[in-house]
Amino acid sequence: MEDHLQNLYEVLSKIEGYVYPNEIELNWSILIVLYPYITGLVAGAFILASLERIFKIKVLKPTYGIALLTAFSFMLVATMPLVSHLGKPLRAYEIMITPHSSSAMAIFGFVYLWYLMVVLFLEIWFDYRRDMVIWGNESKGVKRFLYKLLSLWTTDISPKAVALDDRIGYIVTVIGIPSAFLLHGYVGFIFGSIKANPWWSTVLMPVIFLFSAMVSGIALVMIIYIVLTKIRKQLLDMDCLDTIAKYLFYILIIDFALEGLDQIHRIYVAEESFEALHALVFGKLFYTLFIYQGLLGTIVPLLTLGTLQFYKPKPQIRKVIYIILPILVLMGIFFMRWNVVIGGQLFSKSFYGYTTFKTGLIGMEGYLMAATWLIIPFLILSFLLWLLPPWRKIETSHE
Amino acid sequence: MNEDSTQLSRRNFFKAGTVLASGVAIASALTPYDGLLFAAEAPGAKGKWYGIGIDITKCIGCGKCANACKQENNVPSDPFYFRSWVEQYTIKNDGSILVESPNGGVDGFKQSVPDAEIYKSFFVPKMCNHCAKSPCTQVCPVGATFETEEGIVLVDENYCIGCRYCVQACPYGCRYIHPEKGTADKCTLCFHRLKHGLQPACFEICPTEARIFGDLNDPGSKINYFLKNHTCMVVKPHLNTGSKLFYNALSPEVR
Repeated sequence: MEDHLQNLYEVLSKIEGYVYPNEIELNWSILIVLYPYITGLVAGAFILASLERIFKIKVLKPTYGIALLTAFSFMLVATMPLVSHLGKPLRAYEIMITPHSSSAMAIFGFVYLWYLMVVLFLEIWFDYRRDMVIWGNESKGVKRFLYKLLSLWTTDISPKAVALDDRIGYIVTVIGIPSAFLLHGYVGFIFGSIKANPWWSTVLMPVIFLFSAMVSGIALVMIIYIVLTKIRKQLLDMDCLDTIAKYLFYILIIDFALEGLDQIHRIYVAEESFEALHALVFGKLFYTLFIYQGLLGTIVPLLTLGTLQFYKPKPQIRKVIYIILPILVLMGIFFMRWNVVIGGQLFSKSFYGYTTFKTGLIGMEGYLMAATWLIIPFLILSFLLWLLPPWRKIETSHE
Repeated sequence: MNEDSTQLSRRNFFKAGTVLASGVAIASALTPYDGLLFAAEAPGAKGKWYGIGIDITKCIGCGKCANACKQENNVPSDPFYFRSWVEQYTIKNDGSILVESPNGGVDGFKQSVPDAEIYKSFFVPKMCNHCAKSPCTQVCPVGATFETEEGIVLVDENYCIGCRYCVQACPYGCRYIHPEKGTADKCTLCFHRLKHGLQPACFEICPTEARIFGDLNDPGSKINYFLKNHTCMVVKPHLNTGSKLFYNALSPEVR
């Protein structure tokens, strides 16, 4: 509390121009930057998985299981930054019990649960059921119990039962694609529907969020696949990586085009807020928007991936590129979220001035807390990969 | 075979399309869209329906309203939390605009620009607009923010989860998160005083009667007299918030 006030007095001394007194405090901090970032990773990873499953792009097979488990691990954590930033975290359940029908935020709990439970959970369960039965029979002790529990003590692994699993899994994935679109488009709508804020209020926001989500999710799975393969001392499947890179390229083009369209539209119509936003992007957001998000996170990956489409260097060089590019893309999308969430609060709605973002290392809204919510999904993923290693699954082709 | 199935599905498509279209047409005929009616007539057509008037020509920038509000409603004294504040607009001879509100105007104002450089200067008291189509009520995920029958926007602090979505949604910067309670806080139009027939604190204390409030449904009320006899305007009308805070002599610089 004292720290918080001291922080605010420091911000007060750095106010440029005039902001409404209640605007000195930035209401949505780094945790709300993480929220769309993490949900985006979920949606993106899931869509990569469905490319293999639904659109039958078989070359992506090595990443299918990894993508699903990645989506699941991040999904489990997705709400945590939200809940921990609430003024009254213990009342969070109210949003599920008494949702307010006109609020864009109220349905979040339902969209989230639908996606987590119905889509991700079911898809993984049906995908792994046969393997869990087999692994359960092969293991001992706690692990055996875990497998039995997770497979709900089912034992039928006849071809007929497995075919049914596969059929249901397929249907769930078909439902899952629009659900993933819904989940992240919806997150964009939370921002896009705020008419009070001209930096957020654009009809393109849900679509931009969706495509940037796909970009980030694909990049994340790419890195995880490379790291895992290295840890397991296996050979990287270069065809698979080339194909992922190709899709990353296509979706990055769409993402870039949409964001470009948004900016061009803003510049051309030059509404009341134009001067204030112009000064914002060339001032406080210059590095995060033009350098981190634009140049390093978008232009460099676009040019590199574009070049790779018609000129393929040696696999050794491509491997290096496939490690560096996703990191750049992930950083770029993080700063995209940053520019939206933090950027949207730096200028006053009076358009007469700017406040400053300042947060500490510790505390509920501090950097450590944020780092924690980013690290936990990886711990969950490690556990899931130990329990349900996709590479140990018996090869079956999804039909 | 293939052709047959195409035709069949096309026929089905037209059938379904017709049913859907006529359904929509019938539904619209039964409940005609009344957008214009809504804009012309206050939703609370019966009972009291409060509106606020502020006469900028009368405000002297003493800041007593901002001060009274803090005292009456136990608003934290730090300069980041305001239910009511005053802005000083100074338009210089070179056309530049300076807006200031040191400590929300609670301690009054000192003009920082030399007289010779000033084209004009005026004070704008700010507070919740108690919008009829309030964006903050719309976005509250749990319904902790609501509009009373009298048209006052309130927050149930025992219900608010502190998500801060309403703070983002208010175009006028009238909300903050109470640092001790962790819930959204805003002007209540001194609801506790209204219920006892008293005026809101900021209205009662105003020495120049620059602030007027009353029942918009009552043709004889002060606020109706004020609206009839002045050319009034709301802040940010393009946002269609249904603001019920009407300013006389509102300059276009005010946002």
